[in-house]
Parts: sequence; structure tokens; C-alpha cells
Amino acid sequence: MQELTNLPEVLRSIQKPTKLGPAARREMFVGLAFILPWLFGFLVFTLIPILATFLFSFMNLNLLDPVWPPKFVGFANYITMFGDSAIWNARPNSTPGGMWITLRFGAIALPVGILLPLGIALLMNNKYLKGQNLFRSLFYMPFIIPFVASIYLWAGVLNPQTGWVNQTLLAMGVPNANLPGWANDINWVYPAYVLFGIWGIGNAMLTMLAGLQGVPTELYDAAKVDGAGSWATFMNITFPMVSPIIFFNLILSIVGLFQYFLVPLAFNQGTGFPGGATMFYNLYLYKQFFQFQHMSYGAAMAWLLFVVILIVTALLFWSAKYWVYYASESR
Amino acid sequence: MVKKTVNSILVTGFTTIILAVFLSPFLYMIFTSLKTQAQQSVPSSPIWPAAYPTYVIPSTVKGTFTLKVSKSGPLLDQTVDVSQFAGKTVDVYTVPVGPNGSGKQLALLMGFQKGSIFLDPANPTADPIVWNGGFFKTLPRDWSFSPAWGNYAEMWKDINYPVVLWNTFQYAVWTTIGVLVSCILVAYGFSRFRFPGRDLLFMVLISVLFLPIFVTVIPTFAFWTQLTDFLTKHGMPNFGVGTWWPLIIPSFFGNPYDVFLLRQYFMTLPRELDEAAMIDGAGPLNILWSVIIPQSYPVIVAVTVFHIVYAWNDYFGPLIYLTNNRTAYPVSVALATFNGMFGTRPELIQAGALVTLAFPLLLFFLAQRFFVQGIVITGVEK
Repeated sequence: MQELTNLPEVLRSIQKPTKLGPAARREMFVGLAFILPWLFGFLVFTLIPILATFLFSFMNLNLLDPVWPPKFVGFANYITMFGDSAIWNARPNSTPGGMWITLRFGAIALPVGILLPLGIALLMNNKYLKGQNLFRSLFYMPFIIPFVASIYLWAGVLNPQTGWVNQTLLAMGVPNANLPGWANDINWVYPAYVLFGIWGIGNAMLTMLAGLQGVPTELYDAAKVDGAGSWATFMNITFPMVSPIIFFNLILSIVGLFQYFLVPLAFNQGTGFPGGATMFYNLYLYKQFFQFQHMSYGAAMAWLLFVVILIVTALLFWSAKYWVYYASESR
Repeated sequence: MVKKTVNSILVTGFTTIILAVFLSPFLYMIFTSLKTQAQQSVPSSPIWPAAYPTYVIPSTVKGTFTLKVSKSGPLLDQTVDVSQFAGKTVDVYTVPVGPNGSGKQLALLMGFQKGSIFLDPANPTADPIVWNGGFFKTLPRDWSFSPAWGNYAEMWKDINYPVVLWNTFQYAVWTTIGVLVSCILVAYGFSRFRFPGRDLLFMVLISVLFLPIFVTVIPTFAFWTQLTDFLTKHGMPNFGVGTWWPLIIPSFFGNPYDVFLLRQYFMTLPRELDEAAMIDGAGPLNILWSVIIPQSYPVIVAVTVFHIVYAWNDYFGPLIYLTNNRTAYPVSVALATFNGMFGTRPELIQAGALVTLAFPLLLFFLAQRFFVQGIVITGVEK
């Protein structure tokens, strides 16, 4: 009887046993049964494919012309890959390599992808703003529209001849010859692609706004008493308090950057136009696999990308201790 | 007090301007989708959908007039039987025949190289007006608002929209069912039961979100291709490449993002109710059904709307598995293909984009609260 009245206590005590008792064993089996769909899916759709990709990358497989039994070629695919100028070329005035394109695009896309939503969230958190909820919905709204549709909208607005952006620049007195060619212009194609994706900031903006709203007002009051200016308040209170959310969004952005290829694929059918400037690493991988059917080469490229993303995220997590503030640690 | 009002106006005004710029492509899309091809070929045409004005000559006009017109130089007699034009639609030009050479809107009956004959739409039964000032095509024409709704009908037919809509709808419904059933079970397992390695498994689940897709896509696609070859070779019904099955089946095995969302929410529910039900002898499935789910409608709605929007917008999966089967295309792939074929018809592309984004937009406005809540759960709690 006592066990029943004290059930919560009993439950808690069996939650951390050194050796599993019968109740805990039962709980384990029930829990595992519930997560079974995911466990099975993870094995079949994630873990086995990852290992298969790893294996494929040391073989010589071609999807069009499967040879049986498959032959192991050692590191041949990796050696070819590290010498492939379509991936690594960084010399000026020549077609840039996919990795280099990804980094150059990221140099614009990452700061915009963090600072713009942060700026809008700060504006939205301003105590003088009227109709905050309406603004929040409207700034978030474009996030949910299909990226395929939003590319065509932005491509229209950025059309060098008929688009509103260049028409505005023309009306402001920019000479016709100096107008940017946006997606058709090798010098403007990355800013153009950043604009194609700018409607994706809604998520980051909402999370940052929620973070800003969670900053305790006492902190601001204390800063005011201490006579801190608005910049000092931002750097010493606002930024540290929302830094975990900025960190979270930075990780998402970087992982997204290293997987970037759907926009050029949908917009240019993956031709790399203009002048190979949009042949991003993943687009090149996609073409190797789906167009040229070089399965093993694609697998090697996918594994390299996997490792690069792991290293970059690990570096970011390491850097976090210098700039990300976790309130719970100081408690 | 005054300072506060001024600040409010400044901040709200500034935010409104930024928002207007941010959303301006929507207006571009609406305007462009309603323009005629003719308007787009004229660089000086207005940004809104417009057409040159026309005039339908009333059936009451009659009379034959002989007028002196400069066809290609000297003034010659030209006979006009006005009743011939009755019921016809003619172009309207701004002709400088008013006092002091001011322009007047006149409907063109006959135009020649050096002179033309017009009818005054304000007074169609009066005598025709002759203007011998030059070639009529050099006369200015006013644009008037005129949306070309026909673009939508043309796009609808060219994309074969009813079919792609039905395909997308089926995909969204099946995968939403799969995601809801599997993710609720998995999230319940992760949030309510203790077992060794649970937290590690949950970390693994989250880390899948950061995996580059090609690491898993290559063998998976190869598998479905081989399966399709095998099935067709042995005359069995194909459920591989070219069908929706490779995309629908995985949705029944838990999606990390949705599991995460649901699990975070389940964790916030008090355990007392579970425990009370347990004392009453309810089994785990019973507790999930009658205790957890009734408390979780907000997050379940959020997962549902997120997933419907995701299915609607999904491009890559359908692209790779359905490339060879045009009849199975969803809206996103159909729109991209359409863009490739009709690159010279921006009005049709914009009409297609508008129809494609209308559904998620509508869903967003209906379920706004759930969208915002769902994102805040993922972004802030972790």
C-alpha cells in the first residue's frame, strides 16, 4: 500500500538503479518499443547508408554500368578528388572550384543570415514599436513559402533590365552601364543568391526575438542605474544573453551553407551559370552522381563534406566557451 | 509623453519601411502576373498591369463622309463609311486636336503614313475628325489599368495544375499521417521512459539533422534504382523510382525535427496525471492516448502544419525520384520545370509562383499562433 501512495518517490528511486530491477527492465522494454520506429528508420535510412557511402567511396561503382563483383580501388577516388580543380581551384580569373565558391558565397551569406535577423529582432523588441505581433507575423511569413517560388520572385525583382531594383537604381541616377547584372553577372551573382534566400531569415528572427524577450528586465534596470549607454548595454547584457541562440543559428547556417545547392539547381538547372560561378560543391557532387552516374566519386565527395562539417562544427563548439554565455553555468 | 509618441512614430515608421522593402517582391509578383506580353515588351510601360485603351464603336453610328487626308504627302479625298466600323474595337490615341494643340482621346478609324481619321468617343455620332500631323503610330497613348487574368488560365493549363495539385496533396496527407503516428510514439518513448543509453540515442537523433544529405542519399537512391530494375524485369508492379513510395515510406519511421519538437513539449507536461492514470491501471499506450495527446494539441497542430508546409515545398526528394515520371510531379518540381520551359514569359512564371505559394500562405495565416509557438520551442528551449 505504501508503495502506491508514494508512487512518484518509488518511480524516481527506480530511475537510477545500478542494476536494473524488474520494474526498470519493464520500463526499458516499453521505452525501447516506443522508439523502435525511429531506431529501425535510423538503421535503415541513415546508419547503413552512411556506412555504405563510406564503402562505396573506396570502390569503382557506376550506377549506369554496374560491374559485379565490385572492385576496391583503395584511395583512388580520394586522390582524384584532392587533385580536382573543379573543387579546389581558387586562382583569380578562372572558373572557381566548388569548395571555393561555397566559401565565397558563405562570406556574404553567413553575416547577412545572422546580422539581419538579429537587427530585425532588435527592432521588433524596441519598446516604442506599435503592433509588434503583426510585424512579427509579417517578417516571418515569407519563410513558409516554397523556395522554388521565392527564387522566381526575387529573380524577377533583380532582373537586370525590368527588375524593380535596377529600375530604382536607374531612377536614382546610376548610369545604365554601371547597373549590376545580378544573377547573370559573375561579380554580383553571390549577392543576388543571398537575396534569393533572404526570405529564409524568419526562423532565426523569431528565435532571436524570443531570446531578447527572455532577458530579465532587472538586468537593464541595473545597467541604467550604472549609467551604461545603449552600446555598452547591448555588448554587456543583450548580446551575452542571446548568444546561445545566435550560436544555435550559426550552427544551422553553417551546416546549411555546406549543403547549399538547391537554389542554383532549381534556378539554372545546375549549369553553373554564369561562367561556372554557381557550381557549388554540392551541385558538383549532385552532377557527378545523378548526371554522370559516378557513384563512388560522389560517395567520396559526400564523405569529405561530412568530415568538413564535423570539423567546422567541432571548432564552433570549441569557440563557444569564449563567446557564448550559458546562464545555468554561473548558477 | 510627446517624446514617447514621437519615438513610437519614428520606430514604427522605420520598421514599416523595412517591412515594405522586404515584402516588395510579392507586389512585383502580383503586378507582373497580370501583365500582358505586349506591355512587357514596352520598357516605358507602367509597373502595374496596364493596356492601351481601346474603344468599341457603337452600332448607332452611320453616315458616309469624304475627308481630305494626307496619306503620304498631298491631301487627297478619302471616303469613310462609318457604319462599317460599328461594333468594332479600335485603338485610342491622344491626338493634339484640342484648343492650343492639347491632347484629346480619339478612336482610330483609318491610319496612314502622314494623316489619320478618328472618331470622338465622347460624341461618336458626330463627324469623324481628321488629323494630318504625321504617322499615327507616333501619337502618345495613355496606359489604363487592365489586368490580364488570362495568364492564370494559361499557366494553369500549361503546368497541368490540377494534376500536380492532387499529387502534392496526396504526398502531404500520407507523409503527415506517417510523421504524426511515428513521431508521437517515439517522442513519448524519449520523454516518459528511462532506459540505459536513452540520452545518447536522443543526441544521435538530433545529430541526424546536421548530416549532409548526400551521405545517405547515394546508397538509398542506388537501392531504389536497383529495386525498380528488378521489379520491372520480373513484371512486378513498380514501387521504386518513378513513384512516391521512396518518399512516403521513410516518413513512417520518425522525423528527427518533429520528434524533437514533440519531445520538448511532452517534457513540460506534469507527470502527476500520467501517474494517476497508471494507478488506475492504464497501460502506456492508454496513457499516451488519453492523457498526453489531449494536453498536446498545440504542438501536434504545429507539427502538422510544419509538415504540410514541408511536404508542399519539398523539391529535392520528388526531383530525384520522379524525374522520369512527369505525371507524378508535385507543385515545386512542376514550377521549376515550367520556369525552364517558359523563361521568356515572366507573367506566366509569376502567376505559377503565386498559385504555388498561396496555399502555404493561407495555412500560415490560419495557424499563425502554432507556427510561432513551434519555432520558439525548438530555438529557445535547447
